[in-house]
This record gives sequence, C-alpha cells and structure tokens, in this order.
Amino acid sequence: MATAEHKHPNYMAIFWYLAILTVVEIAVIYMPLAKFTIGVLLCSLALGKAVLVAMYFMHLRFETRALGLVAITPLVIATLLIFVLLPDGFAVVKRTVGVKAATTEPAKH
Amino acid sequence: MSQVASMHGAVEPAESPLTPESWGKLGMWIFLAGDAVGFGTLLAGYGAMRATSADWPSPYAVLGINLTALMTFLLICSSVTMVKGLEWLGKGDKSRAIRFLFFTALGGAIFVSLQAYEWTHLIHRGLHINGNPWGASLFGTSFFLVTGFHGLHVTGGVIYLLAIMRVVARRPSPAASYNPVEIAGLYWHFVDLVWIMVFTFMYLL
Repeated sequence: MATAEHKHPNYMAIFWYLAILTVVEIAVIYMPLAKFTIGVLLCSLALGKAVLVAMYFMHLRFETRALGLVAITPLVIATLLIFVLLPDGFAVVKRTVGVKAATTEPAKH
Repeated sequence: MSQVASMHGAVEPAESPLTPESWGKLGMWIFLAGDAVGFGTLLAGYGAMRATSADWPSPYAVLGINLTALMTFLLICSSVTMVKGLEWLGKGDKSRAIRFLFFTALGGAIFVSLQAYEWTHLIHRGLHINGNPWGASLFGTSFFLVTGFHGLHVTGGVIYLLAIMRVVARRPSPAASYNPVEIAGLYWHFVDLVWIMVFTFMYLL
C-alpha cells in the first residue's frame, strides 16, 4: 500500500489551529470595530479555516496540481455569481430607498 | 506513474489522470466540486437577499451562537477522528479504524440532534419559514433552507460512514478498504468545510 500512503501531516496541530480560529471568529464579533472591518476579518478567517481543512484533512496539498484546479473551480464560480447578482441588488436597494423616502415606514419584504 | 499503472494494470483499464490511486477518488472530488457550487449559490443568494433587505434581523442576536459554536467544535472534532481512523487503517489496525469511524458517525449524529433541538427552540420562539417577529421573512426562509440543506448532508454522511464501517469490517485486508475510507473522508471533511462557511455567513456576520 506504499503508493496510497500519504505523508501524514500533524492532524492535532491542524485541530488546534481550527479551534483557535473559531474562538477568534467569535471574539471578533464582540470587538468595537466598524461593521465592514468585522466582515472582512470574518471572511478571511473562514477562508483560512476552509483552506486548512482542504489542504490537510482532505490532503489536497499532497495531490496533483490539476486536482487542485478541480477543487478551486467552485470558489471561482461562486465569486463570479456575486458579481452577477450585484446589478440586481443595486436596483432593489435603489427602489427600496425610494419607497422609504416616500412613506418613511421601513419596507417589509 | 508507470509503476502504479503496472501494479493495477490487470484490475483497472486505465489510470485516473488526477488521482492515481483510484477513479473513485476523482469521482468524489468532482461530485464535491458540484455540491460546492450548490452551497455557493445558496450562500450568494443569501447574501443578495440580505444586502437588499431593509429590515434584516441581526443573526447572532436572534439565533444565538453558544450552541452553534459548540456544534462547530463538534464537527471539527469529528473531522479529526475521521483522519485518525484513516491513519489507523493505513497502519493496518482494522478495529481501531472502525472505532474512530464510529466516533466520527457519532459526532455527526449528535450534530444533527443539536440542530433539531436548535430548530425546535427557534420555531417555538416564532422563527418560521414564512415569517418571524424580528423583521424580513426571508431571514427564516434562508436560515431553514441553508442549515437544512447542510443538515441533510450530515445525515447522509452518517449513513455513508456506517456503510463504510461495514465495508472495513467485511474486507479481510485493511489495505483493501483504505481507498473507500479515504473517499468517505473527503465527503465528511467537505461537510465540515461547508459548515465553517455557513457558521460564518449565517450566524456570525
């Protein structure tokens, strides 16, 4: 079974990284920071955790480069999707702001 | 590469180009990539609905994050028991491998139970799929849709793991079940990875 054997990373170290990053994530939402800063921090922490899981638990680090491309494709598609949704989002926000200005009552969806 | 090919030459007609160990592993990766697009779409849709809503409730104030943080920790632990199970199988210890696979399945089962408890609690407090006392009704819709879709994946994963335990128990050589366990592990870690994203986007942000 020599070919299927992976170089085993230190799984417990990865576990502690993930646990600590989770604690940091929870701490971040209570920090007196701007909402945008908190959002950026949370997104990068989540991405960091996801990369740790994929690279070490799913052994992506020890796989071929082409398999890495297969794995990264959904992230690219999801990112593109955000840009696809943006124009629609702007249109709705614009209309909602118009309604709010006219009635002064918050719009219910 | 040619070494591997000659080893498996009689069994497999051609070697998988990206995953020399087996075609099954490539199959699982492609399935997971497709599944990830599904989750990515749900989360992007969630983001779009939330960004365009005027009265979206604050998720962590409504949902509470103590129980969910525990659930996140539980899923991370179950990922560790999964890799440990595979490690023991690689060392040829079948019974320890099965024990760790069982711990993994147990972690998943507790996760789903906690989620059922959380849902019941939230439904009693008025969070419904078509409305809630805190604001935009889509808040409840998207919450149940995304966490439910993930919960179904965990449920499926628990059944998958139990089936794989049987495979390990039945095959006489531990080496013969290494590949199926590794593939099951890929699925399980993916479910963990998705939860990391769901926890961040739906509870913390």
